[in-house]
Amino acid sequence: METMEKTYAGINVDLNEQGYLTNFSQWNKEVGLEIAKEEGITMTDSHWKVIAYLQDQFKNEKALSIRSVGKSGVVSIKEFYQLFPKGPLKISSRIAGIPKPVSCI
Amino acid sequence: MEETIVKPKVELEKADQKPIKKMMLILSKATIENVYACFILANGARMEGIESEIFFTFFGLEAIQKKKLEHLHVATVGNPAMHIPTMLGGLPGMEALATKMMKSEMEKLDIPPVSEFLEILAASGTKLWACKLAMEMFKLEKDNLIDDLDGVLTVGDFYSRAKGDGTHLMFI
Repeated sequence: METMEKTYAGINVDLNEQGYLTNFSQWNKEVGLEIAKEEGITMTDSHWKVIAYLQDQFKNEKALSIRSVGKSGVVSIKEFYQLFPKGPLKISSRIAGIPKPVSCI
Repeated sequence: MEETIVKPKVELEKADQKPIKKMMLILSKATIENVYACFILANGARMEGIESEIFFTFFGLEAIQKKKLEHLHVATVGNPAMHIPTMLGGLPGMEALATKMMKSEMEKLDIPPVSEFLEILAASGTKLWACKLAMEMFKLEKDNLIDDLDGVLTVGDFYSRAKGDGTHLMFI
């Protein structure tokens, strides 16, 4: 897999070819904020709640899907799409600094 | 002379790389494998930020009928991928058994049941349309169909919604 380096908020991070962080330890909130800007997302508290949930699931090695996020109690599926209209799971995962989920649901 | 040959080729390459903007799916069957294929394609489009719409026609209407949508079956007859003799596939209870097995496998993969899947699709912004002619044919009223339905359309209405660059139509 091809990787590249990029600087977000003064921090050098490793990205895969799709722009996802390959090393979660390089993530902080400022990095997330800059990635969100690239994706055209203005982060609010609701956005950060989703990000925190995704990171939590990632740390616990739980697979992510739209369905599981919808059942989390953090956001409904409808709200999830409103927060990240251009692809909720893939964009929020990128901002969260975790790998792109492989789920089809 | 060379110009005229080269130019269209370049344009063709650009056209090839245009992203899909909208998926218009037509579901005409009610066997569970077809219904799920359609739902997963529609939902997968939304997950990628692609618009999607489903037109339920003919037997596809069963997937949005309140009373029938949880009782869809996998086809055991005339389905070579089942790897059971057609004669056996026709025995009573065979479809129910195969369906039960398939549903339990799907639940393991976090694939929701039909009713929940329809809710997910509606929440994702997938438009759900019923075919007017097929509804008349099966003597169905709007009350028989799910509440999340966006409306009843003619095929002409459906085509007019497919306007624009990057729209793809798919018949299932």
